[in-house]
Amino acid sequence: MTAAVHPDRNFKYWLLAPAIFLLLLIGLFPLIYSLVVSFMRIDMMDTDTSFAWFYNYKQLFKDGRLWWSLAHTLLITAIALPVELLLGLAMAYLFLEKMPWRQIFISLLVLPTIISPIVAGATWRLLFDNKYGPINQIISWVAGERIDALWTIKPNLVYPAIIFCEIWQWTPFMFLILLAALSNVDKSQTEAAEIDGARFLRIFRYIALPAIWPVMAIAILIRGLDLFRIFDIIWALTQGGPGTRTETISIYAYTQGFKQFETSYTAAIAFLVVFILTVICTWAIRRMGLAK
Amino acid sequence: MSALPFHRRAGVRLSLRYLIAALLVIIFCFPVYWLFIISFKTPDEIFAYPPVWYPASIQFANYAVLFKDGDAATVGNSLVLASISTFFAMIFGTVAAYSLVRFKTGGENLAVWIISQRMMPPVAIVFPIFLLYIWIGWVDSYFGLIILYTAFSLPYVIWMMRGYIEDIPLELEESALVDGCSRWETLWKVVLPMARSGLFATAVFTFIFAWNDFLFALVLTRTEVTTYTVQVTHYFGGQSNFWAKIAAMSVLGTIPVFFTVAVMQRFLVRGISMGAVKG
Repeated sequence: MTAAVHPDRNFKYWLLAPAIFLLLLIGLFPLIYSLVVSFMRIDMMDTDTSFAWFYNYKQLFKDGRLWWSLAHTLLITAIALPVELLLGLAMAYLFLEKMPWRQIFISLLVLPTIISPIVAGATWRLLFDNKYGPINQIISWVAGERIDALWTIKPNLVYPAIIFCEIWQWTPFMFLILLAALSNVDKSQTEAAEIDGARFLRIFRYIALPAIWPVMAIAILIRGLDLFRIFDIIWALTQGGPGTRTETISIYAYTQGFKQFETSYTAAIAFLVVFILTVICTWAIRRMGLAK
Repeated sequence: MSALPFHRRAGVRLSLRYLIAALLVIIFCFPVYWLFIISFKTPDEIFAYPPVWYPASIQFANYAVLFKDGDAATVGNSLVLASISTFFAMIFGTVAAYSLVRFKTGGENLAVWIISQRMMPPVAIVFPIFLLYIWIGWVDSYFGLIILYTAFSLPYVIWMMRGYIEDIPLELEESALVDGCSRWETLWKVVLPMARSGLFATAVFTFIFAWNDFLFALVLTRTEVTTYTVQVTHYFGGQSNFWAKIAAMSVLGTIPVFFTVAVMQRFLVRGISMGAVKG
């Protein structure tokens, strides 16, 4: 039963046409447009549109603020991703065996993930408020004296604030995916290993991990990509401040494009981001053995 | 059984699991509780030191203000944008996925190109899109954002639906074709019903993506189609924040999603695990 037998031969192309058209319009057009513009000298302050060739790309290398923003992005990713993964895994193990009310617990734990990231940021901004927020109050109880930490303002506290919020929102996502993956692991194998007296870590390493790895790798990849383009939570909590202390690559690109109106330069940054992501993804997909 | 060490006994283990589970629920749900509770507080309760852990009475004045000023309409905007774009993304994405699976259209390369579109960071495309939209006059229009959300969801929908459609036995479709169904009828009457739970799960996630969007809406809307996520940030001030409004607006924007997820829950668990396993 092939399409060629049937009269409606173009059927398969008609099915694809709307999707491809939209993807070209929203996906490919901006990319080509950015590429062209990044070789020009456009900003919204004057009318010069001459070609500058690699001028903007050379500027990228001299732009300290850009590289700091990349470093900030990587810092957040490097801390949040492993914590989310390990915590999610531990939680998945906690709920793996049957227990009464299990489904209710799981539903409640998933709440943070289905909240909009901008609302998550706003919520934590309320929680972190130095005077009327509950977090300083709880710390004060524990410390026994009044603590007045300026979480979203003090340079040495902003990162913990952002990372707390990030971990709070996305650990449940890891938890759900890993729970689903662990539930599919062949029980007879782990039980046999347990009877043989194998320790938990060995069972995990040699039976569970290989079984859940394809799923876990994708979860890591998805979260890694999301963390690399983190924007909403930071926008709500600090807007990249104090100064440029928590400026991530997405926040910086936004600032260049919509506050400084550096059209061509923003396009060059966008291209740099796409380039970095492509390299990381290709490497990660190979390294994790996801490529078929 | 008393030979077992204390922490290995079944009863102790279960109680310990309950204790940790309860602690986790408290930690993860407290921020949500706090958000909801602030939206019901009076200004005095919000700006009380030490903080008030639960309001003396539930009052809806904070919500009434949002409805009176028309700010609540932004939730309606989000609802319109997210549902219509989900609808179109599901239709275009599902039929495209069907074509990829059944006819191997474009081979593996086309499928990989489509999923690679998903890796594109929004901030890289939002600027050229902004210039394009200014040029053709789509800024601050429902149409512009619906097209954008639809296109942005497509790779996800196609990728997920590809997995579900692959699971449908080919024989069912063949017998439908032999019985005289056209290709469209086969797709409509055989494939879609079979992929129903996958369709629902994918639709919910697509809806949530569009619902949660902030960056596109921030850049591409002005006053006409402000979404609720953008509206929430309007209440942030340099010196002081409008706490009651932030909380009430956030709750208004959160309830539709909680509701959707609660209604669709049985599809979601399967959807997440299947999708993840399929990759």
